[in-house]
Amino acid sequence: MATLNVLILVCLGYVVLLFGVAFAADRMAVAGRGKWLRSPLIYTLSLSIYCTAWTFYGAVGNAARSGLEFVTIYLGPTLVMISWWWGLRKLVRVGRSQRVTSIADLLSSRYGKSNTLAVCVTILAVIGGTPYIALQLQSITLSFSIFAEADPSGLYREGSSVFWVAAGLAMFAILFGTRNLDANERHHGVVTAIAVESVVKLFALVAVGIFVVWGVAGGFGPMMERIDASEIGKWQVDAGRWTTFIFLSAAAFVCLPRMFQVMVVENDDEGHLRTAAWAFPLYLLLMSLFVVPIAVVGLDMLSEGSNPDLFVLTVPLSQGKDGLAMLSFIGGFSSATSMVIVTAMALSTMVSNHVVMPIWLNTHERVGSVPGDVRNIVLMARRISIAAIMALGYFYYSLSGGGAALASIGLVAFSGISQILPAMVGGLFWRGATRTGALAGLTVGFVLWIYTLLLPGMGAAWMPESVLLNGPFGIAWLRPQALFGIEGIDPMVHSVMWSISLNTVVFCVASLLSFPSPLERLQGAQFVNVFDHSVAPRGWTGSVAQSEDLMIMTQRILGTSPAQELFQREAELQGGRSPLPEPTPGFLARLERELSGSVGAATAHAMIGQIVGGASVSVEDLLAVADESAQLLEYSSQLEEKSAELSRTARQLRDANAKLTQISEQKDSFLSQVSHELRTPMTSIRAFSEIMRDTEGLSGEEQTRYAAIIHDEALRLTRLLDDLLDLSVLENGQVRLNLGDDTLRSVLDRSISSALAGTDQRLVVRRSKASERIPLQTDLDRLGQVFINLISNARKYCDADEPVLTISAHDVGGQLVVDFIDNGSGVPPDARSMIFEKFARVGGDKAGGAGLGLAICREIMHRLGGDITYLPGQGGAAFRVSLPLAYRQAAQ
Amino acid sequence: MSRKVLLIEDEPNIAEAIRFLLTREGWQVETHGDGADALQVIQGAQPDLVILDVMLPGKSGMDILRDLRALDDMKDLPVLMLTARGQSRDREMAENAGVSRFMTKPFSNAEVLTAVRDLHAQATQL
Amino acid sequence: MTSSEGQDRTSRGARPSLFLERQSYRRRRLADSARLLPFLGGALLVLPLLWPDAESESGGVPLSSAIFYIFACWIGLILISLFFGFVARRSGVDDSHGSDAG
Repeated sequence: MATLNVLILVCLGYVVLLFGVAFAADRMAVAGRGKWLRSPLIYTLSLSIYCTAWTFYGAVGNAARSGLEFVTIYLGPTLVMISWWWGLRKLVRVGRSQRVTSIADLLSSRYGKSNTLAVCVTILAVIGGTPYIALQLQSITLSFSIFAEADPSGLYREGSSVFWVAAGLAMFAILFGTRNLDANERHHGVVTAIAVESVVKLFALVAVGIFVVWGVAGGFGPMMERIDASEIGKWQVDAGRWTTFIFLSAAAFVCLPRMFQVMVVENDDEGHLRTAAWAFPLYLLLMSLFVVPIAVVGLDMLSEGSNPDLFVLTVPLSQGKDGLAMLSFIGGFSSATSMVIVTAMALSTMVSNHVVMPIWLNTHERVGSVPGDVRNIVLMARRISIAAIMALGYFYYSLSGGGAALASIGLVAFSGISQILPAMVGGLFWRGATRTGALAGLTVGFVLWIYTLLLPGMGAAWMPESVLLNGPFGIAWLRPQALFGIEGIDPMVHSVMWSISLNTVVFCVASLLSFPSPLERLQGAQFVNVFDHSVAPRGWTGSVAQSEDLMIMTQRILGTSPAQELFQREAELQGGRSPLPEPTPGFLARLERELSGSVGAATAHAMIGQIVGGASVSVEDLLAVADESAQLLEYSSQLEEKSAELSRTARQLRDANAKLTQISEQKDSFLSQVSHELRTPMTSIRAFSEIMRDTEGLSGEEQTRYAAIIHDEALRLTRLLDDLLDLSVLENGQVRLNLGDDTLRSVLDRSISSALAGTDQRLVVRRSKASERIPLQTDLDRLGQVFINLISNARKYCDADEPVLTISAHDVGGQLVVDFIDNGSGVPPDARSMIFEKFARVGGDKAGGAGLGLAICREIMHRLGGDITYLPGQGGAAFRVSLPLAYRQAAQ
Repeated sequence: MSRKVLLIEDEPNIAEAIRFLLTREGWQVETHGDGADALQVIQGAQPDLVILDVMLPGKSGMDILRDLRALDDMKDLPVLMLTARGQSRDREMAENAGVSRFMTKPFSNAEVLTAVRDLHAQATQL
Repeated sequence: MTSSEGQDRTSRGARPSLFLERQSYRRRRLADSARLLPFLGGALLVLPLLWPDAESESGGVPLSSAIFYIFACWIGLILISLFFGFVARRSGVDDSHGSDAG
């Protein structure tokens, strides 16, 4: 039988070992060695701070009472861990980018760096944490007492042992938790010690489990039979408690200050979450694997009255396995110590940053003028806080007498701290969450928790029996465990349901109704959209800030050499001309973040605010500037749009102008052509008429000749005017077509006789009349006009000695094609593109034509739905007239 | 005294009218109807005066005048220019090209005679 | 937190190409399933509440079966989470490019 003395020696030895581990880890971290200190494995193991003495001892007790219900406490965190991708990852990212030091700091930072909120969360955490610490003390004491019962010396006194345990744990927490200040430097020593402890407690529990299954029950199969045969051998859980506890443990897993400390604050690398996502659930699974077997064996083998919470110890003891019992005791001791140390550290950070420092700052007007070292003050505040928190735990334990079952205290603490959940989740995922909402929700949840769970659980001294039964002042629907008349459900489920749901509702409604300050909105955006801009500016306008004052303050908080390094780095970043950096907004934001790692966001903000002046104003300025610049951006984009529109319009105008110019040039040249064509015959007419008038003694022959010239020129003028009119009518599309039916042959007959009438018939026209029996339906006069023009041209311009015009007609794919080919020299290639233009004339001949004929022909053929083209390579001038056989309404 | 005028005009009726008028005034009139070789014809004929149409086949009267003025011995040859287009732009162009007198068709016979007389008088005075 | 929202957000800046390459599409769907995992876990763990009670006629479910079921689910969730962890590491979908949307 192990004596108490041996036990105490083992305990002390274990604590010394932990000191050694923590010290060595700190040394290695300082020396920059020991990469494994920042490994995912250490991170995962440090998360096992979740498994306290409550779970170590209490899980078995719970299983002995309620079967599988205990497992909910492990399933909640498992669900949280496997949702790391969208849950914890965001929390860790926010915590790292905002240099958050605690859960209170997180909420304070999110809701506009509100210290009121931080104080509320701190109070909640302390009130919820104190019974929890007391619980750990109790578990250590209870386990001591098991050994003490068997110790014949009887030296053990419960009260003093609790005191010494508390004092020892406080010492440990102070020594390793407050060695350095900046949370960013992290407590490698403590974390490593916790990792070691987590291995110890897992090892201890698994060892007891293996002993029970294979040593006592005789193997896996018999164990299972034994389980089914035991008094808890049937699946029987309360649905409400099952789901509520899963939810509660999940909520507590992220809200507990100590979990936040190891999960977010001590996190070195976001990537560690990836490993912890599966490794930590595995750890929890192993922790719970042997809980039921131990409970069943304990129920079987131990006497009725023995405390199931201590089966882990008493089962090996009853089998005479002192060594195993000792290991088991060390495991429980590990669970309790690691939890207490980290909780004390986390709570002390919150207390010093959000309660002590603000008070101290308020009593000292300007940081720069205060003698003494802020750094020391912060550290001292933390040390005192740790001591005070441990003292609270001790007093709570002494007062409550450690009566209640372990599990229920743990769950009470869980549901208390879970009141943070709505504000936290809302703050991370909802930009509309406001400080007012968070405060209101938190208050409602907190009050309900105290009223429905904490006070009724603390006994008649705190809440009289009559209130519990009949409600305060006899108001039945205000009974703490049957609010609004809802009776008959488990008090724990009842309390969690009401507190969390009303908390959430109030949080949402108050958030919707209130309007956040600019700083809140800024922080809200940074939290919710943390993945978009992990490093974004927070506003300080440093125009009035004195770099030297900042330097003095920073030295006092961070210590002299880190502060000088920081400032030097900044100065180099800025160009490095002066030894001190300019207080740019960027630098101030970084500095604030550095400081917040030591004293919390709200305090750091307030401290820089004191030196820089006008904290919130500057942020509002920043926001105003941001708004303004957004407006400017919008304005300039509008301007850009306008100018683009203007240049578009200008281009259109230029195009239109070019077109007009072109048209005007065409018109000018047309008018000048017309003028020329009119003036030329006029000149002859005028000259000869003057000659005939003024010249005496003209011979009769001369008179006749000159009169003939005048006559010809007058005819030419008339033709010109006719043509012009014709062309104008054709071009304007005002022409009316007189459709008629006839054969090509008769049209050609008429045209030839008309074109050659009154001339000396020198032109020979060759036709193949057989092919001309093609019926036509078209405007026969207009078509004839085209033919006459072509035949006349051949007559006038064919320069062969014996001019011959060959006219041939074909039917080409539904089109009538009539070719007019003479045997002259034809139209020179460079002029062919011109001949259908107005006033275009080839060669020097001016006899009669104004150069409008072919232009008119082309217009006519277009009107008739056909075309006229020049056929190259036919020996002479060759024109092809094509026309649809049946007249179809040509496109107008 | 043999006064020689070279008439470069492609419209035969106008050429005949001017020839009739100037012949009666005692001029020796030569006519030419193509612009392309007009410069060579002028150089070959060595006239006392040139009457030049603007719209000529082959080469415009304006170009002929410019080329003519580029020749050293033709700088002072009086040139009377006739145009049927009658736009002020043509007059400017002709003056820039170095025309002696510019007339718009249709003209009165008296005008032509006066212009020819004046031009000749100026040329002989110099 | 859906991927469509993520696209909305990015569309303000440089518009991403309409269709992602196959690999990146796979990665996003994988992230979606990683997001669904806790809900699957929750559903699996609430399922035993529907089992018959100890007082029922069938005499209820033996505790050993319940233990088997719960732990089997648990191990399943751990394995899937392990798989996702590996895939996330391999495809490097850590963060930095605002990929909380996947």
